[in-house]
Amino acid sequence: MAGTNETRTWQRFDRRRRFGRYLGWLAALIVFVASWRFLETGVTRPETIPREINDLLTRMYPPDVSYTAEIVRPLIETIHIAALGTAGALVLAVPVALLAAENTTPNAATYWLGKVIVTVSRSVNTIIWALIFVVVFGTGPLAGAVAIAFRSVGFLGKLIGEEIEEIDFGQVEAVRAAGASPTQLLLYGILPQVKPALVGLSVYRWDINVRDSTILGFVGAGGIGVQLFRAVNAFAWQSVATVLLVILGVVVVSEALSAYARSLVR
Amino acid sequence: MATDERTWRRPTAFRRREMKWAVYAGIVAFFLWSAWGIGLDLSRVVRGVGRGATLLGDFLPPDATPRQTQRIVDKMVESVAMAMVSTVTGIVLSVPIAFMAAENLSPKPLYYLNRGFISISRAFNAIIVAILVVKAVGLGPLAGIITITFKTVGFFSKLFAEDIEDIDMGSVDAVRAAGASPVQTLLYGVVPQIVPRFAGLSVYRWDINIRTSTIVGIVGAGGIGSVLLTAFNRYDYPYVSAILLAIILVVLVAEGVSAVVRRRYQ
Repeated sequence: MAGTNETRTWQRFDRRRRFGRYLGWLAALIVFVASWRFLETGVTRPETIPREINDLLTRMYPPDVSYTAEIVRPLIETIHIAALGTAGALVLAVPVALLAAENTTPNAATYWLGKVIVTVSRSVNTIIWALIFVVVFGTGPLAGAVAIAFRSVGFLGKLIGEEIEEIDFGQVEAVRAAGASPTQLLLYGILPQVKPALVGLSVYRWDINVRDSTILGFVGAGGIGVQLFRAVNAFAWQSVATVLLVILGVVVVSEALSAYARSLVR
Repeated sequence: MATDERTWRRPTAFRRREMKWAVYAGIVAFFLWSAWGIGLDLSRVVRGVGRGATLLGDFLPPDATPRQTQRIVDKMVESVAMAMVSTVTGIVLSVPIAFMAAENLSPKPLYYLNRGFISISRAFNAIIVAILVVKAVGLGPLAGIITITFKTVGFFSKLFAEDIEDIDMGSVDAVRAAGASPVQTLLYGVVPQIVPRFAGLSVYRWDINIRTSTIVGIVGAGGIGSVLLTAFNRYDYPYVSAILLAIILVVLVAEGVSAVVRRRYQ
């Protein structure tokens, strides 16, 4: 053994792990090629794709500035939807979070109930929730706000639940020992400990909801998506460009606001 | 100044208490404006809840004829294949963009250019991108692939660029000081530091792409979304809930796989 020492070279991985890595790359390649072939996209001339996208962009330029007047109201509606949706989600998410947190849930059944609500809410995209609530509430922003709320419950419930699991339970015990009712326990034992996270996460979700609420119009749930959809279907590309720019502006502003608000509570 | 009159008050995140109440009042006023703006009234909500209960009854139990089941499976495979292809293409395109968008490696003009591209990609919801791409390249999975690739580039480059910015420049300088060319500096100074994060991020984005690929069909970009929309438009609610169950199942499996892989790499 000692004699072979000088011929040894340093290697990052031993042979088995290297083999595993190659296998991983190979598998990824096979899946990629197989998926591509399965899809039969019929791209006989891939070089035309950039050209067609480029064509679309040229037609959008210059943006139709006069269209701005028409999208102010839908834009405000979008912001309303995002705000109310987030508020609704927060109201619904707190009980869900209490159920889904291991240390506050009453028993195993409620724990799983919490987990199921969180999972279903998160797995179903906003636009699918919107499809459902347009049937329930009719077309319009109310359906959109409820859809946003239902989608956000999972996100907030999951993350707030995780925060609750990390609280210092000693404080809760102390409040309980002082003779607090369950409501008081929640208000004075748990809430103060998760409040920064509650605010931070709500603002973060609000920011995501502003983005999400721009598409609700495609299925009739209000907001600026209605205008966008209409302009796209009318091939009014310059109006489309205006709407896109406005959305970009709103999203950037809300992201900055959200980042600022979160830096305050952190 | 009698010190014994002092009482303890909870510290506030705002500098002054008046400020705090002003902010709270502003937020409440905003929500009231939102509620008024989207036409929220109690009778509508109550009626909606009633209709929601009826709809839930229509949804249950999930049901699909053998032909419908076959269609779910086919389109779901299409969704997953779309996600696979666009994860690979998106990540391949992201790598150069991420390097150009990292402040510590990239010259300023290039940095701003790539950051701008990332912001645009992230600002627009996948559905908005999909609707434009469908107009450019036609209906079908190709539009979905382009859409998800575009969204992947925004997400992946942003997070990857941030990881690159966080690397230890000391080891990069060491490689450079040993006389490495720029390419060698990248390969031996930068790459080894970011490989683990790269793997984790890829899997994370793959998981998100599976979710996205299930909805872009709503605007005609391929995958299960189209089946869902058709079923909705035909009021075939048991079929809708069967599709929703299939989506939730696939999303859960993807999330599980992603979580396991990421845990192994961290």
